[in-house]
Parts: sequence; C-alpha cells; structure tokens
Amino acid sequence: MLSISVDSVFVHKMWNDHEISKMIGHDVPFMMCSDQDGGIGKSYGIYDEDSGVETRGRFIIDPDGNVQAFEVLTPPVGRNVKETMRQIQAFQLVRASGGTEATPAGWRPGKQVLQPGPELVGNIWQVWKVEQAFD
Amino acid sequence: MAEEFKPGCQRPPIVKPAPAADVIETSVMKEASKPMIKVGKPAPDFTAPAFFKGKFVNVSLSEFKGKWVVLCFYPGDFTFV
Repeated sequence: MLSISVDSVFVHKMWNDHEISKMIGHDVPFMMCSDQDGGIGKSYGIYDEDSGVETRGRFIIDPDGNVQAFEVLTPPVGRNVKETMRQIQAFQLVRASGGTEATPAGWRPGKQVLQPGPELVGNIWQVWKVEQAFD
Repeated sequence: MAEEFKPGCQRPPIVKPAPAADVIETSVMKEASKPMIKVGKPAPDFTAPAFFKGKFVNVSLSEFKGKWVVLCFYPGDFTFV
C-alpha cells in the first residue's frame, strides 16, 4: 500500500502526527509519498491541472508490475476499502489459477468461480444465477 | 479584496496567467502524445520522497516487484474524506 499526493513529506508528517495517528492509535502503516510537481499523477492520468491536485485514483498493481485495475473519483466522494480488498482477492485467485478461473459479478471469497471454456459458452445461465451478483 | 472561501474536499480552481500562443500549441501536442494507463499494462515506475513511521525515505514503485501494490492518489492531506 502506497498513498500519494502533492503535499510535501513535512505536511504528511503533520497529518500523521496530529490527525491520522489519533484516529487509528498508531502511525500510518504505509509509506505516504510526495508528488509535489504532480509528475507521477500526470503519468497515471489522474492529475487535475485546474486545481493543481491529484484526484482519488486507485491502482491495483500485480507482482509483475502490471496495472490490473483502477478507479478514479472526484475529491468529495471517498473510496470503498472493502471493494478494493475484494478486487485484490479476485485478482489473486485468477492469478493463482493460471488464468483458468474467472470471478463472476458479485464474487467474494468462498463464492462460485467459473472455468471459462468451450462448454461454458452460452451455458452460464445453467450454472450461475443473476441473484448471485447481489447476495 | 481577497475573497473568503469555505474549505472543502475540492481545492478551488487556480486561475493561471494565460500562456503564450506558441506554448499552448506545444502543450496540446504533449497532451495528445501521452499514453493513457491501460489495465494489463505496466504501471509507470517512479521514485518519490515519502514519510514512513517517523522517517523520511525515498521509495520506488519497482521495489515492490513480487508483491501486490495498491497505489492511492488523493487530493491532499487534511481533505476530510
């Protein structure tokens, strides 16, 4: 986990010391990176030139260094940490299966996975129900 | 007279001096040639200063090869959400 904003590392320290550590009872457990000229944000396509800050861009990067997922929100809406965790678990399952398994909509650990193949084409309706996306 | 604004998650837009015409042209070209992030493709590597458990360190994304990484950008420290 890496967090990153255009704030200096000094501001990160103040935020950790005076607010976040009081919220969680200890120091922020991950590195808080500083991208003061927005260069990193620009390379990820989430830097907002108009306000000079980075939008809420969240990237899941696999052990090979490839981007598996991203989500970008405007500043006033916070993220869903559980959804990020769910996606990581799904990508890890797919990776562990060597690409033989896929996680259908609404999947979370323990729920049904699918084995894509010729027999499954046109037959999802027999093995997977729409309700599973919502339960 | 400087106008007061209420602090929010969204920083008020910065009004910048209009760049000269030739500068606009080159920046538009740069924008157009910049590749977008694509899923399944390599994440751009970077090295940045960071604050970590009381210390200031330099960290590179490439140090985390072999591990899953969540990289979270956000508008700024103390921005409420």
